[in-house]
Amino acid sequence: MTPPRAEPAVELRGITKRFPGTLANDAVDLTVRHGEIHALMGENGAGKSTLMSVLYGMELPDAGTIRVDGRDVDFASPSDAMAAGLGMVHQSFKLFGSLSVAENVVYAAEPRRFGLVDRAAARRRVRELAAEHGLAVDPDARVGDLPVGLRQRVEILKLLHRGARTLILDEPTAVLTPAEADALFAVLKSLAAEGRTVILVTHKLREVLEGSDRVTVLRDGRVVARLVTSETSADEIAAAMTGRAVELDRVHAPGTPGDVVLEVSGLATDAVRDVDLTVRAGEIVGIAGVAGNGQSELIEALAGLRPVGAGHVALQGEDITHASATERRLKGLAYVPEDRHAVGTAPDASVADNLAMGHHRTSLSSRGLLPPTAVRAHARRLVERFGIKASAPEASASALSGGNLQKLLIGRELAHDAPLLLVEQPTRGVDIGAIQNIHDQLIAYRDAGHAVLLVSAELSEIRGLADRVLVMYEGRITATYDKDAADERTLGLAMAGGSGKQVETVD
Amino acid sequence: MFLDSDLLLSALRALTPILLAALGGAICERAGVFNIGLEGMMLMGCFTAVTTSWFTGSAWLGVLAAALAAAAYSLILAVGAVTLRGDAVVLGVAMNLLAVGLTGFLLRTVFGVQGTFDDPSLAGLPLVGGFTPLTYLSWAAVGVAAVLLSRHVWGLRLRGVGEAPDAAATLGVSPVGYKYGAILVSGVLCGLAGAQLALGNVTLFTENMTAGRGWIAVVAVMLGRAAPVGVLLAALLFGLAEAAGFRLQGLGLPQQATDAAPYVVTLGALFLTTARRRRRTRPSGAAT
Repeated sequence: MTPPRAEPAVELRGITKRFPGTLANDAVDLTVRHGEIHALMGENGAGKSTLMSVLYGMELPDAGTIRVDGRDVDFASPSDAMAAGLGMVHQSFKLFGSLSVAENVVYAAEPRRFGLVDRAAARRRVRELAAEHGLAVDPDARVGDLPVGLRQRVEILKLLHRGARTLILDEPTAVLTPAEADALFAVLKSLAAEGRTVILVTHKLREVLEGSDRVTVLRDGRVVARLVTSETSADEIAAAMTGRAVELDRVHAPGTPGDVVLEVSGLATDAVRDVDLTVRAGEIVGIAGVAGNGQSELIEALAGLRPVGAGHVALQGEDITHASATERRLKGLAYVPEDRHAVGTAPDASVADNLAMGHHRTSLSSRGLLPPTAVRAHARRLVERFGIKASAPEASASALSGGNLQKLLIGRELAHDAPLLLVEQPTRGVDIGAIQNIHDQLIAYRDAGHAVLLVSAELSEIRGLADRVLVMYEGRITATYDKDAADERTLGLAMAGGSGKQVETVD
Repeated sequence: MFLDSDLLLSALRALTPILLAALGGAICERAGVFNIGLEGMMLMGCFTAVTTSWFTGSAWLGVLAAALAAAAYSLILAVGAVTLRGDAVVLGVAMNLLAVGLTGFLLRTVFGVQGTFDDPSLAGLPLVGGFTPLTYLSWAAVGVAAVLLSRHVWGLRLRGVGEAPDAAATLGVSPVGYKYGAILVSGVLCGLAGAQLALGNVTLFTENMTAGRGWIAVVAVMLGRAAPVGVLLAALLFGLAEAAGFRLQGLGLPQQATDAAPYVVTLGALFLTTARRRRRTRPSGAAT
């Protein structure tokens, strides 16, 4: 059964795929050997996803050939690709939330008895696969109740149940905490060690350097670099991805803190316990922590979206503990929420309307009405000031790329010129180029004398931007560091629950 | 004695059409189709059952024709909501309105009467042990649907399709096929519900004779969380309310008030379950 090792596991030759108006893949060659972890890198829109869609039978190429295990193949659907031993974990998981883990794993490939699903056999199968590959998960748990890291395991188990020998993972760590990502890479390495092949589609440099064997970089639909991971560097890959030298992990100069703008004492709400913190004008305070340790709840409580259980919040000396979100905004608070699609913007509304939101109450309102000319002029100003690439102010916000939508959201909030800015995950899923732009904007905002409270899962971002770093663990602020003292190792330890404890992997 | 075996028997009779329609609705719900057209499909079943029974002299042919006609009628929802991706709620409401007009029009053209067609020689369904065979069938259908949905390969795939059609499609399961299947099954069950109503509960056709039973079935689906046994319990509640309404009428309460009993129960039940669900889902934070 084992195919000859000399043949590549996957070999794409001259793949070209055209969409109306764009050449998504331009004669792309990709060779992936058996037993390797191969990273496919590139910025958003570089053609990675299209290439994988072609390989997985979701898109037909306009030209080019695909060979799997040395045989020419012609996939008309993902089912064909699965039959040939490929399996893909999509970026947005394809799982059934209300079904059990076992049901998800065996779905459409069920063990049967008399036409009924053999549940005992399904559970057994999950336990066997889990034990064999270090993917422990309870077969009876409802998938909708599982944290993302475990859901991803279910996705991988699903592929292994179907006998996949080559696994394609599309941006697998985008939704994972650092510990979950580490656990994932341990699993991927053991899968590769037993002879399976992993194709990793990502734009995160760190994990590629740590977890892959070889790298293929795409830019504008073409292969621009083929690298061996052990012989390359983050700078080289970043330069290949962007086409220019990029200064990675830039640490910005500290600001000059002034008066206290935000003062929080003894704050408690869901998942937050006894938090004290202050943010001064001209200062960025960063909150580091593994996702789910209360950061989101804290920010929501400060933004007025979650009732405060105990404690006090003061904005510029004024008590806002029980003020509504609207009152807080009028008193000088702006907020960039974590989920830019569901909370931060209204994707079906136009760019101009999205930029007007929040300003409708203040600068744009004229005796209770919103003059369309003012809304458009406001939109044009912000589009230009923040370099938002939109075809027209009337275009739907859903047509913007992730990076541009984030620029829109941040631009809209910065334009309030509010003394306090709350900002969560400002660069999640955003290209390297746009990250730099957003960071520069935040630093400029700070230097103009505003206070910024930043929550980020990216340690490099916290270290680059924050003047002071607070670490949140299990709902409390457990450590505070000045800019210079906040190195990655120290923060990593604190995030895992203090220097006394080992860094644990989620299991 | 107000609650006695007579009341229970009449509740079980009142229950059958609602139960059959609600089972169909539950299967659609599980397949991810919000079928609000049960009322219209049932009404088409009533009319077809009476017409066929009248012209053939066989109530059983009436039942068969009702099932087929309602299934054919359900194709409007299948094509509209699944193939053409229309809004199932809009389509369902349209189907309900269309069925009232269409059956009223056909009543005039076929029988030349308005309002009600009623004839002593119209063949109704036989009673076996106090119930029509369709009533026993509806009970069996609860068990069959429960096993199919929870244990059978078909049920697992159907639930998957309803929950996440994209995910099912990536695993080679066609959401379109399963949704069509579920809608057609609900059509058949609503046809049977209509036949039971027009040839079992009574033996006549009167305009808009379903009188909201299809809507109550929709509520039973929600209340029973689209699980066959839950739907049975919910439908039983409405059957009891309807039977109790008749009884109260006998005690001298005005008919308009007693007729409202099932609908009052419906409103109360909806209110209670939404309040309960709201409380349960309050803590946010569940990821997508």
